[in-house]
Amino acid sequence: MYVAVKGGERAIANAHALLAKEGRGDPGLPRIEQAAVAGQLAVLVARVMTEGSLYDPELAARAILQAQGDALEAVTLVRSYRTTLPRFGYTVPVDTAGLPPQRRISATFKDLPGGQQLGATFDYTHRLFTDHDADPDGPRADREAEPRPDMPRVTDLLGAGALIEPDHAPDDGDPEPADLTREPTIFPMSRAERLQALARSDEGFLLGLAYSTQRGYGGTHPFAGEIRVGEVEVEFDAPELGFPVPLGRVELTECQMINQFTGNSATPAQFTRGYGLAFGRSERKAMSMSMVDRALRAAEFGERVVAPAQDEEFVISHSDNVQATGFVEHLKLPHYVDFQAELGLVRRLRSEFQLRMDVEPEPVPTDLAELTEARA
Amino acid sequence: MSTNLGGYNLGYLDEQTKRMIRRALLKAVAIPGFQVPFASREVPMPRGWGTGGVQVTASIIGQDDVLKVIDQGADDTTNAVSIRSFFAAVAGVRTTTRTEEASIIQTRHRIPETSLAEGQTIVYQVPGPEPLRFLEPRETETRRMHALADYGLMYVKLYEDIARYGHIATTYDYPVMVNGRYLMAPSPIPSFDNPKMHRSPALQLFGAGREKRIYAVPPYTDVESLGFEDHPFEPQRFAQPCAICGSAGVYLDEVITDDAGGSMFVCSDTDHCERAAPDPAGSVLTGDGADTEVNA
Repeated sequence: MYVAVKGGERAIANAHALLAKEGRGDPGLPRIEQAAVAGQLAVLVARVMTEGSLYDPELAARAILQAQGDALEAVTLVRSYRTTLPRFGYTVPVDTAGLPPQRRISATFKDLPGGQQLGATFDYTHRLFTDHDADPDGPRADREAEPRPDMPRVTDLLGAGALIEPDHAPDDGDPEPADLTREPTIFPMSRAERLQALARSDEGFLLGLAYSTQRGYGGTHPFAGEIRVGEVEVEFDAPELGFPVPLGRVELTECQMINQFTGNSATPAQFTRGYGLAFGRSERKAMSMSMVDRALRAAEFGERVVAPAQDEEFVISHSDNVQATGFVEHLKLPHYVDFQAELGLVRRLRSEFQLRMDVEPEPVPTDLAELTEARA
Repeated sequence: MSTNLGGYNLGYLDEQTKRMIRRALLKAVAIPGFQVPFASREVPMPRGWGTGGVQVTASIIGQDDVLKVIDQGADDTTNAVSIRSFFAAVAGVRTTTRTEEASIIQTRHRIPETSLAEGQTIVYQVPGPEPLRFLEPRETETRRMHALADYGLMYVKLYEDIARYGHIATTYDYPVMVNGRYLMAPSPIPSFDNPKMHRSPALQLFGAGREKRIYAVPPYTDVESLGFEDHPFEPQRFAQPCAICGSAGVYLDEVITDDAGGSMFVCSDTDHCERAAPDPAGSVLTGDGADTEVNA
């Protein structure tokens, strides 16, 4: 009995064997291949890459398989691997204005240079179950034959007329980017650090926060200025060479949100921005991120911080799902030492209470809440 | 013990990271009780399961070290087993369950009953490094309070406990003052263990991975548990000895033996219990759990 309470090496080994068996499913069916996951569950792969902060579709697909489809477990796998990799330097900023968008929409202008392009989207699909095998040749999509026109960013068009704040201060040069995976995070953070944290934040958490700003908890008056999805070239800045070296292409989703304008008697009115960027097709994440980014800039614009989405410490401290799921689930670990300590105290308090009652019986307090109130 | 894993550095963490953590550790030792922010890395176990302790251990462990890992005082709890086998695999170190044989002891929620000696290092896994956190949730505020040694809030909390319950109602993670300067969370060890920290000859290191903080208590440093002149700190005491080994004055786990209120009290420190037991089979059951009171 005593032994049963304490776990052991054999218990762990048995549990892991059972886990592997459960994960295999019906052995009569073929195993899902990694390449199939990367190709057919690309949206999930994008999420694992974004929150895992590592662009590697194959590795993300492998993580999803190993995690038996548990996205957060897959993110943890990717992060634990990523953190051991050496850091050689930084890439030059990716040029999202120059990316040939597979999708590009703006909710602020009916038409604009480059046009609107719907691309691969679930929007306007009817959410009805469809039969995948209806077309024996598989799905077909006609690729555009003509070369794509230039698609300048909506925010750049607005920026030309100074109708929106510039995307960076004119005199900030090209500072070394902060890296929250390599340096301690200290509050308050710079916006760059905050954006890094938001980029790896849990999609669901950001979605909920973004939604809360739409329902009156720290409104930011957002317009989807532009959402674009496409592949962009990544270039590595190698100081010893003196010129950037192309590393490859990554698929990105970018969201530029146009928000509540500022201005007063001294400065002309100007829209503000919120920014979101994620790997792969991750539109929900990029949009949520841009709204939370804008909400977190409250102090910068002298807005009153009244809602959770505007509170940097609240948002950033709780948005990382690797941390959140780990700490919530750590309650599964034994706590019997601490519980014993509490048990001892509660028994002592109860016996002292009983002793007092025996000496001078009092009516039972009506305020039961006070009795049951948890100690801090 | 076992071979290193392919593709990972000795001790899992890369050397750059180890250097970063060692710098944080040096600073922590230089300012006893001060929480040093560090760029906590992911490790291959979930946050909240000892990732801070694992990073500290991984940064200080060498191949000559002998590692002991305990959780709730026991060497054979699942998470202790898991962390011990992790280091056996990635660092190839010798492991032990004997407290005095270990050069590094990683622990969750206990300090061993066997007194630690000079040259030993104890690494605590810390869930919440900030002793003021439940009184003030904001990091920017608590940092200022530490800077000004403004700990009035904590004394008010302890006073309110006494006013309401007649005792200080904190039984674990009981706040301590280190070297007369910094208020420190001792990690969720029972207050029973607090006196062992005071002027311990061992180096005490604390790693909070999720919260990204490292702190330390160098050997022979004053560690005072908070209290008042008229309500001094009282460590918990058990009324009865261990039902297996008969040790008194040790921390006990209550093990429920049936569904009729039966329970027995046994050592939380399995290493101590194994060696103190005159006869491993000679266990005694106690009848009523309510009789076996712990003094707060």
